Amino acid sequence: MDLASTFSIITPASPEIFLVISALTLLMAGLFMSTNSLKIISYSTIIILLLTAILVIQSENTLAFQGLFISDNFARFIKIIIILGAVFSILISFEHLKRSENNLFEYPLLILFTTLGMMLMTSANDLILLYMSVELQSIALYVIATIQRNTLKSTEAGLKYFVLGALSSGILLYGCSIIYGFTGTTSFNGIATFLSTNRSTSPGLIIGLIFLISGLAFKVSIAPFHMWTPDVYEGVPTPVTALFALAPKVAALALFLRVMIDPFRDLLISWQPIIAFLSIVSVLIGGLAAIMQTNIKRLMAYSSIAHMGYSLIGLASGNETGVTSVLMYLTTYTFTIIGTFSGILCMRRNDSPVENISDLTGLSDTHPIMALALMIFMLSMSGIPPLAGFFGKWFIFMSAIDADLYLLAAIGILSTVISAFYYLRIIKIMYFEEAIEPLDAIIDKKSQLALCGSAMIIVFFFLFIKPIHNTAMSSSIIGI
Amino acid sequence: MEITISHYLIVAAILFTLGVFGIFLNRKNVIIILMSIELILLAANINFIAFSTQLGDLVGQVFALLVLTVAAAEAAVGLAILVVFFRNRGSISVDEINLMKG
Repeated sequence: MDLASTFSIITPASPEIFLVISALTLLMAGLFMSTNSLKIISYSTIIILLLTAILVIQSENTLAFQGLFISDNFARFIKIIIILGAVFSILISFEHLKRSENNLFEYPLLILFTTLGMMLMTSANDLILLYMSVELQSIALYVIATIQRNTLKSTEAGLKYFVLGALSSGILLYGCSIIYGFTGTTSFNGIATFLSTNRSTSPGLIIGLIFLISGLAFKVSIAPFHMWTPDVYEGVPTPVTALFALAPKVAALALFLRVMIDPFRDLLISWQPIIAFLSIVSVLIGGLAAIMQTNIKRLMAYSSIAHMGYSLIGLASGNETGVTSVLMYLTTYTFTIIGTFSGILCMRRNDSPVENISDLTGLSDTHPIMALALMIFMLSMSGIPPLAGFFGKWFIFMSAIDADLYLLAAIGILSTVISAFYYLRIIKIMYFEEAIEPLDAIIDKKSQLALCGSAMIIVFFFLFIKPIHNTAMSSSIIGI
Repeated sequence: MEITISHYLIVAAILFTLGVFGIFLNRKNVIIILMSIELILLAANINFIAFSTQLGDLVGQVFALLVLTVAAAEAAVGLAILVVFFRNRGSISVDEINLMKG
């Protein structure tokens, strides 16, 4: 094989190849640089991620590596969200990393590696790449969760995340092995062909699919596989929680969508009830358990479980309208999470972070802009029009009604009402209670910028609804 | 008695079940959890090899080799996390992982 044809095989993966080469180069550079390399490395990672985004936008719809890797509109849409999440989490980590005495230049690099894993997840077109990319992102995330290695809370959260993450990868792999045995191939296209030619499916294949769904549900933190989420969110430092809440969820959900809709589309009748059940359980658990929480990071954990449950309603429809609605939902989710976590990062008292909901009392008097922004995010998450969250939920429920899943849509709307209770409670605490001890003035300019910027985006989202919806529609066809 | 594919699958299923129960029932030691995770991955590997021979297809064996490398990486990271946890807590008993209640 000559050089030119080798290049033509790997060019569709050029964003990923660029990312891995620059990450390894920066790792070497960081090792040899002086002790204050953190700032240079952090800014370089942001530049690398932005360049990767440009490469992603320019890539074409093709298969690469003999069908292992796929680059399509759907993958591109998700990759842009993932890169946005990664850039955001590096930006808001500056203040936090500056305070820790260690020169943790590994932190932005680990984010690069996990981003690489997540980008490969969205482009996986084969069970082998599926498993390897899930492991690449998970192993980097285990280390990121434990990054504050001298505190018990962070190491305990990391250990919990590792044990349950490794278990879920194992379940995923066991499912892959059974699917391989019953279809005779690991390629998604091969599985799709097998299922369309063999109309009678063996129970073994369904068992394999259930294992695969359970493994993926762990990664997306769908109830009843959500146990790790609140503990990990609470234990890890807040910038890491912001990373966990956004990019890995989006990537795992994208992989979930691709696996269900592309190779297993012909088994829709078998997996639709499972997905519907999972989404009902998640929206209810996410809504009910959040009511009792006093820690805002735990509350966000349950809130994200509920959000992922809503996204699964779109997947349960099992068609292009459903995928479009999930993409719309993820877009609104991204900006809400970016804003909310910037707000949580600004919660400091006596120069140390606080994270109880009661610490927000009387915020409207002491920090009016922050209180207004947080109110916008809470209203958006509870789905009040005309904020972004309303449109996300609207598309999700419309797609469920289109697919005749009336019960699912009804339970979804019911649980929106339940979850509105705890979102509105935060607004009540901020606006109608007297401050006992005010929070510190906000010093972190980057978090403040992210807070105000995403609040603006959420308020004026309805102006851009048409172009975003058109992009989501053209990205909803999975495969080429 | 001839050993057929179903025997291999049963062994793998038993190993997998042992691994999952080892994670949830063990209250003593986190090292046992790491061993249980290895059991789960090996169960999947036995499946891959058995199916690969049955189907006459090499992809399963390639997959099994990749799984071995991933298992090694995962064990390395897992042990490292366990060491930092031990430094902070002074114990690796499963009952002591209770700072946050989920």
